[in-house]
Amino acid sequence: MNVKQQLKEGLLTQNPVTVQLLGMCSTMAITTSLFNGIGMGLSVMVILTLANVFISVLRNVIPNKIRIACFIVVIATFVTMVDLFLKAYMESLSASLGVFIPLIVVNCIILGRAESFAYKNGVAVSALDGIFQGLGYTWVLVVMCVIREFLGAGKFGGGLLGEGGNGIVIFPEEFAIAGLSRPVGGFLVLAFIIAAVQYFLNKPKKAAKKEEVAQ
Amino acid sequence: MDFQKLIEIALGAILINNFIVSQFLGICPFMGVSKSTDTASGMGLAVTFVMGIASAVCWPINHYILEPQNLVFMQTIVFILVIASLVQFIEMFLQKSMPSLYSALGVFLPLITTNCAVLGVVLQNTQQSYSFIESVVYGVTGGLGFLLVIYLFAAIREKLEFAETPKAFEGFPIALVAAGLIALCFGGFSGLSIFG
Repeated sequence: MNVKQQLKEGLLTQNPVTVQLLGMCSTMAITTSLFNGIGMGLSVMVILTLANVFISVLRNVIPNKIRIACFIVVIATFVTMVDLFLKAYMESLSASLGVFIPLIVVNCIILGRAESFAYKNGVAVSALDGIFQGLGYTWVLVVMCVIREFLGAGKFGGGLLGEGGNGIVIFPEEFAIAGLSRPVGGFLVLAFIIAAVQYFLNKPKKAAKKEEVAQ
Repeated sequence: MDFQKLIEIALGAILINNFIVSQFLGICPFMGVSKSTDTASGMGLAVTFVMGIASAVCWPINHYILEPQNLVFMQTIVFILVIASLVQFIEMFLQKSMPSLYSALGVFLPLITTNCAVLGVVLQNTQQSYSFIESVVYGVTGGLGFLLVIYLFAAIREKLEFAETPKAFEGFPIALVAAGLIALCFGGFSGLSIFG
Protein backbone atom coordinates (compact mmCIF):
# COMPACT_ATOMS: atom_id res chain seq x y z
CA MET A 1 0.00 0.00 0.00
CA ASN A 2 1.50 3.34 -0.93
CA VAL A 3 1.76 6.46 1.17
CA LYS A 4 -0.41 8.63 -1.04
CA GLN A 5 -3.30 6.23 -0.94
CA GLN A 6 -3.02 5.94 2.85
CA LEU A 7 -3.03 9.73 3.18
CA LYS A 8 -6.13 10.01 1.02
CA GLU A 9 -7.89 7.28 2.99
CA GLY A 10 -7.07 8.90 6.32
CA LEU A 11 -8.10 12.39 5.32
CA LEU A 12 -11.08 11.68 3.10
CA THR A 13 -12.31 8.32 1.86
CA GLN A 14 -11.78 6.43 5.15
CA ASN A 15 -11.86 9.44 7.48
CA PRO A 16 -12.38 8.14 11.04
CA VAL A 17 -15.11 10.62 11.94
CA THR A 18 -17.01 11.44 8.78
CA VAL A 19 -16.90 8.04 7.05
CA GLN A 20 -16.17 5.39 9.67
CA LEU A 21 -18.32 7.30 12.20
CA LEU A 22 -15.98 6.57 15.12
CA GLY A 23 -15.00 8.75 18.04
CA MET A 24 -18.19 10.80 18.06
CA CYS A 25 -18.17 11.61 21.79
CA SER A 26 -15.01 13.69 21.89
CA THR A 27 -15.70 15.21 18.48
CA MET A 28 -18.89 16.83 19.70
CA ALA A 29 -17.95 17.47 23.30
CA ILE A 30 -14.75 19.46 23.13
CA THR A 31 -15.05 21.42 19.89
CA THR A 32 -15.91 24.74 21.52
CA SER A 33 -12.59 26.53 20.99
CA LEU A 34 -9.77 26.14 18.50
CA PHE A 35 -7.22 25.46 21.24
CA ASN A 36 -9.24 22.49 22.55
CA GLY A 37 -9.70 21.08 19.08
CA ILE A 38 -6.03 21.22 18.13
CA GLY A 39 -4.94 19.91 21.54
CA MET A 40 -7.35 17.00 21.45
CA GLY A 41 -6.55 16.20 17.82
CA LEU A 42 -2.80 16.13 18.45
CA SER A 43 -3.19 14.06 21.64
CA VAL A 44 -5.25 11.47 19.79
CA MET A 45 -2.77 11.48 16.90
CA VAL A 46 0.19 10.84 19.20
CA ILE A 47 -1.60 8.09 21.12
CA LEU A 48 -2.93 6.49 17.94
CA THR A 49 0.52 6.42 16.31
CA LEU A 50 2.27 5.04 19.40
CA ALA A 51 -0.43 2.43 20.01
CA ASN A 52 -0.41 1.38 16.35
CA VAL A 53 3.38 0.95 16.36
CA PHE A 54 3.36 -1.01 19.60
CA ILE A 55 0.51 -3.30 18.63
CA SER A 56 2.06 -3.90 15.24
CA VAL A 57 5.36 -4.88 16.89
CA LEU A 58 3.55 -7.22 19.27
CA ARG A 59 1.11 -8.63 16.74
CA ASN A 60 2.81 -12.04 16.58
CA VAL A 61 3.04 -12.29 20.38
CA ILE A 62 -0.52 -11.29 21.32
CA PRO A 63 -2.79 -14.37 21.39
CA ASN A 64 -5.85 -13.97 19.23
CA LYS A 65 -8.39 -14.74 21.95
CA ILE A 66 -7.41 -12.01 24.39
CA ARG A 67 -6.30 -9.43 21.84
CA ILE A 68 -8.90 -6.81 22.81
CA ALA A 69 -7.77 -6.84 26.44
CA CYS A 70 -4.13 -6.51 25.32
CA PHE A 71 -5.01 -3.60 23.03
CA ILE A 72 -6.77 -1.83 25.87
CA VAL A 73 -3.77 -2.17 28.19
CA VAL A 74 -1.41 -0.79 25.53
CA ILE A 75 -3.74 2.09 24.73
CA ALA A 76 -4.41 2.88 28.40
CA THR A 77 -0.66 3.09 29.05
CA PHE A 78 -0.13 5.70 26.34
CA VAL A 79 -3.24 7.62 27.37
CA THR A 80 -1.95 7.82 30.93
CA MET A 81 1.40 9.09 29.67
CA VAL A 82 -0.22 11.82 27.58
CA ASP A 83 -2.58 12.70 30.44
CA LEU A 84 0.31 13.15 32.88
CA PHE A 85 2.33 15.10 30.28
CA LEU A 86 -0.55 17.53 29.69
CA LYS A 87 -1.15 17.92 33.44
CA ALA A 88 2.50 18.79 33.94
CA TYR A 89 3.20 21.09 31.00
CA MET A 90 -0.13 22.34 29.63
CA GLU A 91 -2.38 22.78 32.60
CA SER A 92 -4.97 24.98 30.89
CA LEU A 93 -5.52 22.44 28.09
CA SER A 94 -5.73 19.60 30.57
CA ALA A 95 -8.31 21.54 32.61
CA SER A 96 -10.51 22.42 29.63
CA LEU A 97 -10.48 18.92 28.11
CA GLY A 98 -11.13 17.42 31.54
CA VAL A 99 -12.43 13.89 31.60
CA PHE A 100 -12.10 13.51 27.83
CA ILE A 101 -8.34 12.93 27.97
CA PRO A 102 -8.59 9.72 30.07
CA LEU A 103 -11.61 8.79 27.96
CA ILE A 104 -9.38 8.52 24.87
CA VAL A 105 -8.88 4.95 26.17
CA VAL A 106 -12.35 4.02 25.02
CA ASN A 107 -12.25 6.19 21.90
CA CYS A 108 -13.36 3.78 19.20
CA ILE A 109 -10.93 5.23 16.63
CA ILE A 110 -7.87 3.87 18.41
CA LEU A 111 -9.32 0.47 19.24
CA GLY A 112 -10.79 0.26 15.75
CA ARG A 113 -7.48 0.99 14.02
CA ALA A 114 -5.65 -1.44 16.31
CA GLU A 115 -8.10 -4.19 15.44
CA SER A 116 -8.55 -3.53 11.74
CA PHE A 117 -5.10 -2.25 10.75
CA ALA A 118 -2.17 -2.48 13.17
CA TYR A 119 -2.89 -6.10 14.14
CA LYS A 120 -2.57 -7.16 10.50
CA ASN A 121 0.15 -4.88 9.07
CA GLY A 122 3.83 -4.05 9.46
CA VAL A 123 5.31 -1.43 11.77
CA ALA A 124 6.11 1.34 9.27
CA VAL A 125 2.70 1.16 7.56
CA SER A 126 0.93 1.13 10.92
CA ALA A 127 2.84 4.21 12.07
CA LEU A 128 1.84 6.05 8.89
CA ASP A 129 -1.72 4.89 9.33
CA GLY A 130 -1.74 6.32 12.86
CA ILE A 131 -0.45 9.70 11.66
CA PHE A 132 -2.87 9.96 8.74
CA GLN A 133 -5.93 8.79 10.64
CA GLY A 134 -4.95 11.20 13.41
CA LEU A 135 -4.72 14.02 10.87
CA GLY A 136 -8.13 13.05 9.51
CA TYR A 137 -9.58 13.28 13.02
CA THR A 138 -7.80 16.58 13.69
CA TRP A 139 -9.09 18.36 10.59
CA VAL A 140 -12.68 17.48 11.41
CA LEU A 141 -12.18 18.78 14.96
CA VAL A 142 -10.59 22.01 13.72
CA VAL A 143 -13.35 22.66 11.17
CA MET A 144 -16.00 22.06 13.84
CA CYS A 145 -14.21 24.34 16.31
CA VAL A 146 -13.91 27.16 13.79
CA ILE A 147 -17.59 26.95 12.78
CA ARG A 148 -18.93 26.64 16.33
CA GLU A 149 -16.68 29.38 17.68
CA PHE A 150 -17.35 31.80 14.84
CA LEU A 151 -21.13 31.41 14.72
CA GLY A 152 -21.61 30.61 18.40
CA ALA A 153 -19.45 33.30 19.99
CA GLY A 154 -18.28 35.54 17.14
CA LYS A 155 -14.63 34.68 17.76
CA PHE A 156 -11.73 32.96 16.09
CA GLY A 157 -8.86 31.03 17.66
CA GLY A 158 -10.02 30.93 21.29
CA GLY A 159 -7.26 29.88 23.69
CA LEU A 160 -4.53 30.66 21.17
CA LEU A 161 -4.85 34.10 19.59
CA GLY A 162 -6.01 37.56 20.57
CA GLU A 163 -5.85 39.41 23.88
CA GLY A 164 -5.16 37.13 26.82
CA GLY A 165 -5.77 34.14 24.58
CA ASN A 166 -9.50 34.80 24.48
CA GLY A 167 -9.66 34.71 20.70
CA ILE A 168 -9.99 37.44 18.08
CA VAL A 169 -13.41 39.04 18.25
CA ILE A 170 -14.99 39.15 14.81
CA PHE A 171 -18.44 40.37 15.80
CA PRO A 172 -19.94 41.12 19.25
CA GLU A 173 -21.17 38.13 21.18
CA GLU A 174 -24.77 39.35 21.48
CA PHE A 175 -25.29 38.80 17.74
CA ALA A 176 -24.02 35.22 17.86
CA ILE A 177 -26.12 32.05 17.81
CA ALA A 178 -25.44 30.98 21.38
CA GLY A 179 -27.03 27.58 20.76
CA LEU A 180 -24.12 26.53 18.60
CA SER A 181 -21.71 26.60 21.51
CA ARG A 182 -24.14 24.45 23.53
CA PRO A 183 -24.50 20.65 23.09
CA VAL A 184 -27.14 20.99 20.36
CA GLY A 185 -24.59 22.83 18.20
CA GLY A 186 -22.24 19.85 18.35
CA PHE A 187 -24.87 17.51 16.92
CA LEU A 188 -26.01 19.91 14.21
CA VAL A 189 -22.57 21.02 12.99
CA LEU A 190 -21.33 17.43 12.84
CA ALA A 191 -24.48 16.41 10.95
CA PHE A 192 -23.83 19.09 8.35
CA ILE A 193 -20.14 18.20 8.00
CA ILE A 194 -20.92 14.50 7.50
CA ALA A 195 -23.65 15.37 5.00
CA ALA A 196 -21.24 17.60 3.07
CA VAL A 197 -18.55 14.90 3.00
CA GLN A 198 -21.09 12.29 1.86
CA TYR A 199 -22.24 14.65 -0.87
CA PHE A 200 -18.74 15.23 -2.21
CA LEU A 201 -17.71 11.58 -1.94
CA ASN A 202 -20.77 10.43 -3.89
CA LYS A 203 -20.52 13.11 -6.54
CA PRO A 204 -17.61 11.82 -8.69
CA LYS A 205 -19.11 8.34 -8.74
CA LYS A 206 -22.35 9.70 -10.13
CA ALA A 207 -20.51 11.68 -12.80
CA ALA A 208 -18.60 8.55 -13.80
CA LYS A 209 -21.85 6.58 -13.99
CA LYS A 210 -23.45 9.20 -16.22
CA GLU A 211 -20.50 8.99 -18.60
CA GLU A 212 -20.88 5.23 -18.74
CA VAL A 213 -24.54 5.59 -19.59
CA ALA A 214 -23.77 8.19 -22.25
CA GLN A 215 -21.23 5.92 -23.88
CA MET B 1 -27.05 10.29 55.15
CA ASP B 2 -28.09 13.33 53.22
CA PHE B 3 -31.20 12.31 51.39
CA GLN B 4 -31.65 15.66 49.73
CA LYS B 5 -28.25 15.43 48.08
CA LEU B 6 -29.08 12.00 46.68
CA ILE B 7 -32.21 13.33 45.00
CA GLU B 8 -30.19 16.23 43.67
CA ILE B 9 -27.62 13.83 42.18
CA ALA B 10 -30.34 11.61 40.71
CA LEU B 11 -32.29 14.42 39.02
CA GLY B 12 -29.06 15.97 37.83
CA ALA B 13 -27.88 12.74 36.22
CA ILE B 14 -31.21 11.97 34.54
CA LEU B 15 -32.30 15.39 33.31
CA ILE B 16 -29.90 18.28 33.77
CA ASN B 17 -26.51 16.72 33.07
CA ASN B 18 -27.79 13.84 31.02
CA PHE B 19 -24.92 11.63 29.93
CA ILE B 20 -25.75 11.63 26.24
CA VAL B 21 -27.23 14.98 25.37
CA SER B 22 -25.31 17.29 27.63
CA GLN B 23 -22.06 15.51 28.45
CA PHE B 24 -21.59 13.63 25.16
CA LEU B 25 -20.68 10.35 26.83
CA GLY B 26 -21.71 7.09 25.22
CA ILE B 27 -22.52 8.52 21.79
CA CYS B 28 -21.25 5.44 19.91
CA PRO B 29 -23.80 2.94 21.29
CA PHE B 30 -26.37 5.75 21.22
CA MET B 31 -26.02 6.10 17.46
CA GLY B 32 -25.20 2.44 16.84
CA VAL B 33 -27.98 0.51 18.54
CA SER B 34 -30.90 2.90 18.29
CA LYS B 35 -32.52 1.63 15.10
CA SER B 36 -35.45 0.05 16.95
CA THR B 37 -36.99 0.63 20.37
CA ASP B 38 -36.50 -3.02 21.41
CA THR B 39 -32.75 -3.05 21.00
CA ALA B 40 -32.51 0.48 22.39
CA SER B 41 -34.26 -0.46 25.63
CA GLY B 42 -32.11 -3.61 25.90
CA MET B 43 -28.94 -1.57 25.50
CA GLY B 44 -30.19 1.06 27.95
CA LEU B 45 -30.96 -1.55 30.61
CA ALA B 46 -27.60 -3.24 30.14
CA VAL B 47 -25.80 0.10 30.48
CA THR B 48 -27.75 1.00 33.63
CA PHE B 49 -26.88 -2.37 35.13
CA VAL B 50 -23.17 -2.15 34.34
CA MET B 51 -22.86 1.51 35.35
CA GLY B 52 -24.37 0.78 38.77
CA ILE B 53 -22.14 -2.22 39.42
CA ALA B 54 -19.02 -0.52 38.04
CA SER B 55 -19.55 2.47 40.35
CA ALA B 56 -20.00 0.12 43.30
CA VAL B 57 -16.86 -1.89 42.51
CA CYS B 58 -14.53 0.94 41.53
CA TRP B 59 -15.27 3.08 44.60
CA PRO B 60 -13.64 0.72 47.13
CA ILE B 61 -10.75 0.07 44.73
CA ASN B 62 -10.07 3.77 44.43
CA HIS B 63 -10.67 4.51 48.11
CA TYR B 64 -8.89 1.60 49.77
CA ILE B 65 -6.16 0.67 47.28
CA LEU B 66 -5.25 3.52 44.93
CA GLU B 67 -5.51 6.50 47.27
CA PRO B 68 -3.58 5.08 50.28
CA GLN B 69 -0.81 3.84 47.96
CA ASN B 70 -0.59 7.16 46.06
CA LEU B 71 -1.40 5.36 42.85
CA VAL B 72 -4.17 7.68 41.69
CA PHE B 73 -2.30 8.35 38.43
CA MET B 74 -2.88 4.70 37.52
CA GLN B 75 -6.64 5.03 37.77
CA THR B 76 -7.39 5.10 34.03
CA ILE B 77 -5.65 1.76 33.45
CA VAL B 78 -7.03 0.16 36.61
CA PHE B 79 -10.60 1.27 35.99
CA ILE B 80 -10.72 0.17 32.36
CA LEU B 81 -9.35 -3.25 33.27
CA VAL B 82 -11.83 -3.56 36.14
CA ILE B 83 -14.70 -2.60 33.86
CA ALA B 84 -13.59 -4.98 31.11
CA SER B 85 -13.29 -7.94 33.44
CA LEU B 86 -16.48 -6.98 35.27
CA VAL B 87 -18.43 -7.02 32.03
CA GLN B 88 -16.98 -10.43 31.23
CA PHE B 89 -17.98 -11.75 34.67
CA ILE B 90 -21.49 -10.35 34.45
CA GLU B 91 -21.86 -11.98 31.06
CA MET B 92 -20.76 -15.40 32.36
CA PHE B 93 -22.87 -15.08 35.51
CA LEU B 94 -26.00 -14.14 33.59
CA GLN B 95 -25.45 -16.93 31.08
CA LYS B 96 -25.21 -19.48 33.86
CA SER B 97 -27.84 -18.37 36.33
CA MET B 98 -30.29 -16.06 34.57
CA PRO B 99 -30.63 -17.26 30.98
CA SER B 100 -33.75 -15.16 30.34
CA LEU B 101 -32.02 -11.92 31.31
CA TYR B 102 -28.96 -13.04 29.37
CA SER B 103 -30.93 -13.54 26.20
CA ALA B 104 -32.32 -10.02 26.58
CA LEU B 105 -29.04 -8.23 27.43
CA GLY B 106 -26.38 -10.67 26.25
CA VAL B 107 -25.63 -9.20 22.84
CA PHE B 108 -25.08 -5.73 24.26
CA LEU B 109 -22.79 -6.63 27.13
CA PRO B 110 -19.48 -6.96 25.19
CA LEU B 111 -20.15 -3.59 23.54
CA ILE B 112 -20.36 -1.88 26.90
CA THR B 113 -16.64 -2.23 27.66
CA THR B 114 -15.90 0.47 25.12
CA ASN B 115 -18.82 2.63 26.15
CA CYS B 116 -17.31 5.84 27.42
CA ALA B 117 -20.30 6.50 29.69
CA VAL B 118 -19.21 3.66 31.98
CA LEU B 119 -15.59 4.80 32.31
CA GLY B 120 -16.86 8.39 32.43
CA VAL B 121 -19.16 7.78 35.39
CA VAL B 122 -16.40 6.06 37.35
CA LEU B 123 -13.90 8.86 36.69
CA GLN B 124 -16.47 11.51 37.59
CA ASN B 125 -17.23 9.72 40.85
CA THR B 126 -13.61 10.08 41.88
CA GLN B 127 -13.34 13.67 40.64
CA GLN B 128 -16.42 14.75 42.56
CA SER B 129 -15.23 12.68 45.54
CA TYR B 130 -18.66 11.16 46.00
CA SER B 131 -19.27 8.78 48.91
CA PHE B 132 -20.07 5.14 48.20
CA ILE B 133 -23.86 5.57 48.19
CA GLU B 134 -23.65 8.74 46.14
CA SER B 135 -21.45 6.98 43.57
CA VAL B 136 -23.90 4.12 43.17
CA VAL B 137 -26.85 6.50 42.90
CA TYR B 138 -25.00 8.57 40.31
CA GLY B 139 -24.13 5.44 38.33
CA VAL B 140 -27.64 3.98 38.31
CA THR B 141 -29.44 7.24 37.60
CA GLY B 142 -26.91 8.16 34.93
CA GLY B 143 -27.77 4.84 33.30
CA LEU B 144 -31.48 5.60 33.61
CA GLY B 145 -30.91 8.94 31.89
CA PHE B 146 -29.13 7.05 29.12
CA LEU B 147 -32.07 4.64 28.85
CA LEU B 148 -34.56 7.51 28.65
CA VAL B 149 -32.75 9.35 25.86
CA ILE B 150 -31.83 6.28 23.80
CA TYR B 151 -35.46 5.08 23.95
CA LEU B 152 -36.85 8.46 22.85
CA PHE B 153 -34.27 8.63 20.09
CA ALA B 154 -35.03 5.12 18.82
CA ALA B 155 -38.73 5.95 18.68
CA ILE B 156 -37.96 9.03 16.57
CA ARG B 157 -35.59 7.07 14.37
CA GLU B 158 -38.20 4.44 13.59
CA LYS B 159 -40.35 7.22 12.15
CA LEU B 160 -37.40 8.79 10.34
CA GLU B 161 -37.14 5.68 8.15
CA PHE B 162 -40.25 6.85 6.31
CA ALA B 163 -39.24 10.49 5.98
CA GLU B 164 -38.03 11.94 2.72
CA THR B 165 -34.65 13.45 3.42
CA PRO B 166 -32.19 15.13 1.03
CA LYS B 167 -29.82 12.58 -0.45
CA ALA B 168 -26.71 13.78 1.37
CA PHE B 169 -28.51 13.70 4.73
CA GLU B 170 -29.79 10.15 4.38
CA GLY B 171 -29.01 7.79 7.22
CA PHE B 172 -26.53 9.08 9.74
CA PRO B 173 -26.60 12.90 9.34
CA ILE B 174 -30.38 13.20 9.69
CA ALA B 175 -30.21 11.03 12.80
CA LEU B 176 -27.64 13.44 14.22
CA VAL B 177 -29.98 16.35 13.51
CA ALA B 178 -32.76 14.52 15.38
CA ALA B 179 -30.38 13.91 18.28
CA GLY B 180 -29.51 17.60 18.23
CA LEU B 181 -33.18 18.49 18.60
CA ILE B 182 -33.44 16.14 21.60
CA ALA B 183 -30.39 17.87 23.04
CA LEU B 184 -32.12 21.21 22.52
CA CYS B 185 -35.18 19.97 24.46
CA PHE B 186 -33.02 18.68 27.27
CA GLY B 187 -31.22 22.02 27.26
CA GLY B 188 -34.43 23.37 28.77
CA PHE B 189 -33.79 21.35 31.92
CA SER B 190 -30.57 23.25 32.56
CA GLY B 191 -32.71 26.06 33.94
CA LEU B 192 -34.09 23.71 36.57
CA SER B 193 -32.69 24.47 39.99
CA ILE B 194 -33.17 21.92 42.70
CA PHE B 195 -34.03 23.01 46.24
CA GLY B 196 -33.49 26.68 45.49
